[in-house]
Amino acid sequence: MVKIINIKNVKIHLFVPCYIDQFYPQVAIATLQLLEKIGCQVIVPINQTCCGQPMANSGFANLSKECDRNFINNFKEADYIVAPSGSCVLHIKEHLKDENRTQEVTHIQNNIFELSEFLIDILNITQLPARFPHKVGWHNSCHGQRGLHLSSMSELVAPAFSKPEKLLNMVDGLELSIPVRRDECCGFGGTFCVFEEAVSVKMGKDRVTEHEANGVEYITGGDTSCLMHLEGILKRQKSVIKTIHIAEILNKM
Amino acid sequence: MKTVSHAAAAEIFIKDEPRTDWHDETLWFVRQKRDKAAHGLPEWELLRSWASQIKDNVLSNLDTYLIDFEKKAQANGIIVHWAADAEEHNKIMLNIIQKNKIQKIVKSKSMLTEECHLNEYLLKNGVEVVDTDLGERIVQFRNEPPSHIVLPAIHLKREDVSETFHKHLQTEKGNNDPQYLTEAARQHLRDKFIQSQLAITGVNFAIAETGGFVVCTNEGNADMGAHSAAIHIACMGFEKIIPKAAHLSVFLRLLARSATGQPVTTYSSHFHKPRPQQQLHIVIVDNGRTKQLARADFRNSLKCIRCAACFNTCPVYRKSGGHSYHTAVAGPIGAILNPNMDMKANADLPFASTLCGSCSNVCPVKIDIHQQLWKWRQVLAAEGYVATNKKIGMKVMAFVFSKPKLYQLAGKMGRWVMRTFPALIQNKFNPWYKQREMPTPPKQSFMEWYEKRR
Repeated sequence: MVKIINIKNVKIHLFVPCYIDQFYPQVAIATLQLLEKIGCQVIVPINQTCCGQPMANSGFANLSKECDRNFINNFKEADYIVAPSGSCVLHIKEHLKDENRTQEVTHIQNNIFELSEFLIDILNITQLPARFPHKVGWHNSCHGQRGLHLSSMSELVAPAFSKPEKLLNMVDGLELSIPVRRDECCGFGGTFCVFEEAVSVKMGKDRVTEHEANGVEYITGGDTSCLMHLEGILKRQKSVIKTIHIAEILNKM
Repeated sequence: MKTVSHAAAAEIFIKDEPRTDWHDETLWFVRQKRDKAAHGLPEWELLRSWASQIKDNVLSNLDTYLIDFEKKAQANGIIVHWAADAEEHNKIMLNIIQKNKIQKIVKSKSMLTEECHLNEYLLKNGVEVVDTDLGERIVQFRNEPPSHIVLPAIHLKREDVSETFHKHLQTEKGNNDPQYLTEAARQHLRDKFIQSQLAITGVNFAIAETGGFVVCTNEGNADMGAHSAAIHIACMGFEKIIPKAAHLSVFLRLLARSATGQPVTTYSSHFHKPRPQQQLHIVIVDNGRTKQLARADFRNSLKCIRCAACFNTCPVYRKSGGHSYHTAVAGPIGAILNPNMDMKANADLPFASTLCGSCSNVCPVKIDIHQQLWKWRQVLAAEGYVATNKKIGMKVMAFVFSKPKLYQLAGKMGRWVMRTFPALIQNKFNPWYKQREMPTPPKQSFMEWYEKRR
């Protein structure tokens, strides 16, 4: 059964990335339900908006001052901040900035976690009451992997590990499929997906092709942005493969 | 001539999808060979750290190392020249050529002369240089720049080479046999070597301690040229210096493994002094390097040893081809080196990346390539080299995201518009929609759902 961690006095603030809030609410709902199921007290700051990454990755980090301020106001009191996105978490860790509030910024940066690293490293989850009897292809999102070190990287000579795979292996009935190019970028890349449309789509198509050849029913990952891009390609191809966020799988009974 | 942006050139490249797949797989194969070689050395990450630290030391002590090198080289009988930029480099070369009344020139292994556009400059002055490395010779015949710094003709298939050789070397039309084609090139180049009066080579490592330098090759053309011609000119960017010969034991182990997955290049040729009656020149070039050295965020890009591992691992490079980068050094490293030379002309390059970070992981000298790509974006935006429509879009986004109520309202309206008037979004003016479906906008955002639940 679920290992209940004694975290009753610990406040977890749920950070819901803007595109999840607007387009994929089911991902945030699954994250919230999953954390509550495990026994966490979850607070959702309702005035949160965006981490500021779209501006910063386009070269306009200096435009996100107000956005950063809003983020700090919403999350400064959290013991832990958890988000179902490696990319947004990495952005906060690397680029959240307010010269007048450096203590609050550091506190946030030290206590923000992507969902799977929070479950593995902080809650020490070893089992989950989840069931998902399907063949599922795993997509490693770059920022979570190479930025947050959620798993080992194929380029480095280092021991192999993967926090999200560890979690997926706890799911009853799930058959996990890892592509040969196990950490090749899908080509989403934020505004890259529209300003370098041709390369972006080609990269996504190639990821889809490998998962298709492996006969998966679902492609899952830790970042909805990558999945949104892959979903757009799959739907255009009228593929039977669906995309699903890892939080949704871990929350399935 | 106006250069085509990376995005536009890439779109043209990708139109031939089977060829794009072939290009991608060919370079992925090289990346896999690199992985195998790296994983064969348990001390790989340690070697990378050492190489990075040695280069850090070099970049902080260039003044003394370069002067030490010059003194030692001169004592060994080498003539040392200094060039502030490409133009001066080219003039020095032409001057040596004219002074010695040279007509037959061979060249091997020099990306620096590509960077300086030496061939074009010499041609304008009536001097022809024969590139002797097979890939370089192929692209030279075709009047194309190299598409890769280690594998210059990697964008070409054997059929293309056959056609090129048929035209220039009169090989049989349609004979695509690699052995036959290489033999034709070999015979052709043998003549050039025998006739050559002057050989130009690059430099992989120049050693401050000894005044000597090392050129790493697989085909041995640097040796063929240097040993047959009466004059040898080696050209190097000033960052090629290393303090001691012992440091070669770090760099030579990393270079070929990172580049092609070989334990070491076939030839690691050490040059220390001219042969009797031979002239040996070294041209040490700045060409924007001091400028880059002064940029705190970008100086460590000068650690680069030109292995091209970042090219081979980069999915954007593999799927867009080297020519899309419109610069002598393409790929991720080119995208952080070239804006230093000309921000306006190369403002597109730092955006030709998803910031996936694979480049930084394969880099044998640990250059934080993807972080520098991000930082260049900030510089380019601040300097006004980002398109106005993008800037306006970002300003609007930044404003909306700073006002939670406005964000919620804009999201609700946006989703309503998408559901009610899909044609406003799903049209040819939306680059997302060109080859991808839009996400299905839900009636309720998460926050709306959450507010109701409470």
